[in-house]
Amino acid sequence: MRLLALCAIPLVTALVVLGAPVFRGRRVPVALLLVVAGAHLTLVASLWVAGPRPALDGWLAADPLGLTVLTLTSVLFFVTVIYAVGYLRHEEPRSARVFAGGLLAFLAAASVVALAHHLAMLWVGMEATTLSIAPLVFVRRDRRSLEATWKYLVVSSVGIALALLGTFFLASAQGDLGRPLLLPDLIAHARELHPAWLRAAFLFLLVGFGTKMGLAPMHTWKPDTYGEAPSLVSGLMAGSLTGCAFLGVARVTEVVAAAGLGSFAQPVLIAFGLLSLGVAATFVIGQRDVKRLLAYSSVEHMGLLVLGLGLGGVGAYGSMLHLVNNGLAKGWMFLVAGNIALATGAANSGNRGLIRTLPASATLLVLGLFAVTGSPPFGLFLSEFTILRAAFDGGHTWIAATILAALAVIFVGMAALVLGIVLGEPPAPIGRDLGAVPVRESGWLVAGPVALAAIVLMLGFYIPGPLRDVLTRAAMALGGTGP
Amino acid sequence: MTPDGLLGLGLLGIVAPAVPGIAVKTKSLLTGRRGPPVLQLYADLAKLVRKGRVYSRTTTLIFRAGPVVALASLIVAALFLPLDGREAPARFAGDMVAFAGLLALGRFALVLAAMDTGSSFEGLGASREATIASFAEPTLFLCFMALVLAAGDLSLSGILGGPLAAAWPHAGASLSLVGVSLFVLLLAENSRVPVDDPATHLELTMIHEVIVLDHGGPDLALILYGSALKLSLFGVLVVSVLVPRAGFSGPAALALLFAGLGAIAVAVGVVESVMARVRLVRVPQLLVGAAALALVATILQLG
Amino acid sequence: MRDAAQVVLLLVVLSDLAILGTSRLSSCIRGLAAQGFLLGLLPVLIAPQLSVHAVSLAVGTVIVKAVALPWFLAWAIREAAVRREVEPIVGFIASQLLGALAVALAFAIASRLPLTAMQQPLLVPVSLATLIIGFIVLTTRRKALVQVVGYLILENGIYLFGLTQTESVPFLIELGVLLDVFVGVFIMGIVVFHINREFDSLDSTRLTELSD
Repeated sequence: MRLLALCAIPLVTALVVLGAPVFRGRRVPVALLLVVAGAHLTLVASLWVAGPRPALDGWLAADPLGLTVLTLTSVLFFVTVIYAVGYLRHEEPRSARVFAGGLLAFLAAASVVALAHHLAMLWVGMEATTLSIAPLVFVRRDRRSLEATWKYLVVSSVGIALALLGTFFLASAQGDLGRPLLLPDLIAHARELHPAWLRAAFLFLLVGFGTKMGLAPMHTWKPDTYGEAPSLVSGLMAGSLTGCAFLGVARVTEVVAAAGLGSFAQPVLIAFGLLSLGVAATFVIGQRDVKRLLAYSSVEHMGLLVLGLGLGGVGAYGSMLHLVNNGLAKGWMFLVAGNIALATGAANSGNRGLIRTLPASATLLVLGLFAVTGSPPFGLFLSEFTILRAAFDGGHTWIAATILAALAVIFVGMAALVLGIVLGEPPAPIGRDLGAVPVRESGWLVAGPVALAAIVLMLGFYIPGPLRDVLTRAAMALGGTGP
Repeated sequence: MTPDGLLGLGLLGIVAPAVPGIAVKTKSLLTGRRGPPVLQLYADLAKLVRKGRVYSRTTTLIFRAGPVVALASLIVAALFLPLDGREAPARFAGDMVAFAGLLALGRFALVLAAMDTGSSFEGLGASREATIASFAEPTLFLCFMALVLAAGDLSLSGILGGPLAAAWPHAGASLSLVGVSLFVLLLAENSRVPVDDPATHLELTMIHEVIVLDHGGPDLALILYGSALKLSLFGVLVVSVLVPRAGFSGPAALALLFAGLGAIAVAVGVVESVMARVRLVRVPQLLVGAAALALVATILQLG
Repeated sequence: MRDAAQVVLLLVVLSDLAILGTSRLSSCIRGLAAQGFLLGLLPVLIAPQLSVHAVSLAVGTVIVKAVALPWFLAWAIREAAVRREVEPIVGFIASQLLGALAVALAFAIASRLPLTAMQQPLLVPVSLATLIIGFIVLTTRRKALVQVVGYLILENGIYLFGLTQTESVPFLIELGVLLDVFVGVFIMGIVVFHINREFDSLDSTRLTELSD
């Protein structure tokens, strides 16, 4: 019941917002968004307290993997809506209905993906996330966002189509038996699945969902899309959408691991992971736009996630922990970038001396730099260290060395841009800026990032018991071990 | 060399000029005109044969030999076709290559004759004809390949005769594709719309017409008759693929063949009145499309 | 019924090649509509017995793929006032040859995949061929609308493959897939409309402002 509510409430609200004439021409109904976000978060919290029974004949169920992604989504959405209260005071989108409806539809779709145990339903939810985010990327309606939306739509749609093919391959792997594609069923009978079809399914699902994650070489849409979409949308995408896509990859890895084809899957995952790290390291150097920089950082972290999955052992736990850490940290960074963009017009290297003009945001930006590049004491350090440990455990020293090298390069590249815009002398206000009201860093705009930062910081020292428990169980389902 | 075979060949020779006549008549009727009589070409040939010859001073023996070689090669090529649906007057394994080669020889002779005149119009037409040929020949071979795979025989008598009839039940799909491809080839090789408009007066838009621009009198008669024969030969190809006649007795098979030829002529007429000539740059595209169809037919046989 | 299904599948391949070879946008859309109609016929032809499931899927497919989407794309063409595709990145002739090669490749791959005996033998090769040809159209054409057509051909190929799994992929899911495709193309159409307004052309090679 609760599971159905989690998916249905945002969906129904989205349909109402998009369809009901009372919302036409009005401002974005932020209060409504807050209510839905709050309700969603409460329901998710209740799932932690008492695990629910599967709904819809087992099509929806909350297992540890799904619960992690769902919680991440819910928290990020809530924080984003709080941020939106302040954001919308300065910049109102042209179509408020589409904006609000898109956000709510995304929440519904992400919930479906997180809770779906029928793999075709997971696919439908994934496609729904693509479609619900597209109008949000397009909100500004200028040439650049148009180009970004088009590239996003085309590449994502092709990726999702390939994932659908992979899902059908998975169905073919069952041979003559023709059972429904329920995850527990598939895992239980994994050994009976036809290996050729299963391998093909794994490859197509990895490429398809990897496109949505932004793994190299399917990442080409990411910098453009994250760069042109409004920051709060980018934050949701980088934190939550990637998590959902990773969930798709993880689900098929579960089946493959249960079928004993781990030795086939792992090198593929490691290859994609290393490629993503390499691409990220290459393009981070000389990057001038903060949001594009964060997009490449996201590519890097997706690579790490997949690497952890591929390395196995404690790497699976590391991936799960990293999923949480990275999602929160990306949300934090994008919201801060949004503040900068609101205040100065664009968060790129044209800015200087932000520490004077926007002290709170600048501090959060620098702290976020350290967090996102995996420095202690933030949580990402712990998760990245766990993945490195998995590399050493498995005897893949050269992989560990490559990871470290890439991380170092990325740190240098990111620091160059971030420190460049934070330090120095702020430019004198010219022309029309002289009389304009400066964007104050209101509570609404700062509260969200601060909260996320606090959580990421805490996760660097202390992982709460229930969370550790859920992450461990998720890791074991993925064929790995706990910490 | 059976009597039936020679009879069929003789009949084809006599009937050939009627085939373009039927096509033109159909086209006229469909466009609301009365058009020339079906047997007009016979009258034209008779008129041309009685005329004298005039040769340009820039031409050589090649120009005079062109029409003769063209017609001769067509007649020899006709020997390989199983007109009664079973056996051709001449056959050997791989004679389809000889068939294609003879057709190419005929075309080559005409093209050389055209270039021999030294006129720019003919040269233009010659190069166009050669281009179209370079796309049409592979398509023809692809069609033959598909037929060989379906029928399992390496001679034209086999792939158009009995073994083909046996292959229809299980290879029907690919054989239909081959039939369509051969029809497109027919339109291309015989300079019908949409590849070339036989009724145009503008030399710059002609392909085949302009090659024979300088021929007159008996030479022109040979060429016109040759074109009609070539159209009939391709018609025989298409009909043999689409309507296997191996089960019928000799006369019945011949009758069916000529009926089929008539139907093909009507189809050509219909196509001519429905479609417009495509731009010259699109003609290779059209032929590649036909080649793709033939390729798909071949693949279906292999799979 | 098997023979009818075979003929329909062959016509699907022909429609693929036809769309690949045409440069007129309206012909592309008509080919797509024809393909949608053929795809709608298939559930009814390959189902072992007629069921509500098969018939409703067929009807839904025809409505979405043969009527709604082509009509919407035609609207988009009228709005954008484009008629022809300019020479694509891979020329038309090369595209056709690639298409024929794609069919060959599809048959070759399909012969190596383990298939159960009860399925229609042509279904998997034709689905793979349609998939590859959809990819070719998507990646080598310049006009944004033709890229959408390519995406739809890709989806058609996947839909064809899904028809081999009538038990594991239930009716609701097929409907969900159809709906997703419809909404997706709808959104793409809106974006194309805006592209035309902003850039005054549908040439996607003009979308080069964003880069590193």
